[in-house]
Amino acid sequence: MTALMVIAAFLVLAVFLGLRARRGRQMTLEQWSVGGRGFGSVFVFVLLAGDIYTTFTFLGASGWAYGQGGPAFYILAYASLAYVLSYWLLPAIWRYAKEHRLITQADFYARKFDSPTLGALVALVGVVAMVPYLVLQLTGMGIIVSSASYGHLSPHTALVIGTLALTGYVTVSGIHGSAWTSVVKDAMILGVVVFLGVYLPVHYAGGIGAMFHRIDAAKPGFLTLPHSGQSPAWFASTVLLSALGFYLWPHTFSASYSAKNTRVFRRNAIVLPLYQLILLFVFFAGFAAILAVPGLKGSDADLSLLRITVKTFNPWFVGLVGAAGLLTALVPGSLLLMASATSLADSVFRLARPQASDETVARLAKALVPVVAAVALLFAFNGGSTLVNLLLMGYALVTQLFPALLFSLPTRRLITKQGAGAGIVAGVATVAAVTLTNSTVGKLLPGLPQSVKDLNVGVIALAVNLVVLFAVSVLTRAVTARRAAAGPTTVPAADSGR
Amino acid sequence: MSPDTERSLARPRGLLLPLLGALPFLGILGGVFFANRMTPYVLGMPFILFWIVLWVVLSSVTMAVVYRLDPGNRQAVDADELAEGTP
Repeated sequence: MTALMVIAAFLVLAVFLGLRARRGRQMTLEQWSVGGRGFGSVFVFVLLAGDIYTTFTFLGASGWAYGQGGPAFYILAYASLAYVLSYWLLPAIWRYAKEHRLITQADFYARKFDSPTLGALVALVGVVAMVPYLVLQLTGMGIIVSSASYGHLSPHTALVIGTLALTGYVTVSGIHGSAWTSVVKDAMILGVVVFLGVYLPVHYAGGIGAMFHRIDAAKPGFLTLPHSGQSPAWFASTVLLSALGFYLWPHTFSASYSAKNTRVFRRNAIVLPLYQLILLFVFFAGFAAILAVPGLKGSDADLSLLRITVKTFNPWFVGLVGAAGLLTALVPGSLLLMASATSLADSVFRLARPQASDETVARLAKALVPVVAAVALLFAFNGGSTLVNLLLMGYALVTQLFPALLFSLPTRRLITKQGAGAGIVAGVATVAAVTLTNSTVGKLLPGLPQSVKDLNVGVIALAVNLVVLFAVSVLTRAVTARRAAAGPTTVPAADSGR
Repeated sequence: MSPDTERSLARPRGLLLPLLGALPFLGILGGVFFANRMTPYVLGMPFILFWIVLWVVLSSVTMAVVYRLDPGNRQAVDADELAEGTP
């Protein structure tokens, strides 16, 4: 009970911070979702860090270290590369978003390509990609609450409690709540993770080096990448894909709008990679669990961090760890929920009803929050995947938005809206086909060298995406050119009508 | 700052900064093929883990260098602040 009480106290604190942050501000859609575009370095830092350090970091990374060993190191590598990219990418996105007063990620594509339909497509892809990510947060909350109850609450009951808390929290506070809770969350997670990552290896093995030696002796090869399967080729392609997809998450993309100026991003590109080193301690805790609580198989590996915590510490400390974990689910979970609801209302609904007022859209966005949460809850009930596999699926989907973004940045039009749309559809279809049929590159293209077979399947989807994008762009441009040449008198008239 | 002045400021070092930015990609994506080994242990960590940690730190260092060299940051500070600062 003690552990659950501590967690509940932190939940109340989070809701309180959310309510306080809201006071005295009018909640327009822009205020609710991008904070009125007035956040400085520190706030954007915690907000972006807020969605990076999710329950995935906490339970997924330790779970993969526990269950997979060496391949888990990819989690440490990809974000740093994403930050390097962000130095050039985010200022370009931010400037355009500010100039056109954009709110969602879909707005960006709709405006760049002058096509609300493309915007709606991007919104849909974003929402579909966010579902596994949201399921991951809910599953994490379920694991935390049920572990902290020492088995009194079933994982399903715990899941429902977590989902209700998240939905209520989002409805009450919007992004202001997220930023403030982020501050509390970051302080807690830093303290808890560093402590666990140092204490557990010392307690169970006598030190970090000693722990790795013992694991290596018990399971030779476990701590490096295997020669086939999750090999170096898999590692490099997965890191690259994840780095490209990193800022394409609708909630991360639009969180960048909330910055005050572009220097915020350039400075954060220096600091954020170091912040990433927190993961190292998560790994240490996950590896220590191999020695302390062996035998968790499959998706149960995600339980390893909490199992070792329960085994090692008093209930009040378990509560503290659980509360830190709950906040890591609450902050990104709220951003995910908000971004998907806003996307659906602002881009998809607006396409159907262009004359809808901002108030109607804002009201609809809030109304959609529980709906999206309920859908994610349904998927969470039918779980079975590890947290990392859920995340990889979401990344494979969201990365399909990268080529269209990249080619939209130069002032010269390189691709057409039809090309961008067709590329995204082809890429997403490939990911869906591969995921549903459970294929790997090796199964699709047998007879290739092993290193090619091990590539992350997202690479194939990205290649299909690029080919279709350019083919359709060239084709549509040729058609437009021929039409212009065939009927020179009608074209200017049509143009002036726009 | 107009896009034109920004471009002319960036031109002299136009390629240098992205090339610096490519270094961490090379170190992590390319390096992993050579660093995939247990020994030597460094700071208690298997070599592959140490290698990745090293490049995470070097990413930060690289971006600090890029930030210092980027002429956009020296000029843009004031322009940004004027244009985007206090509401």
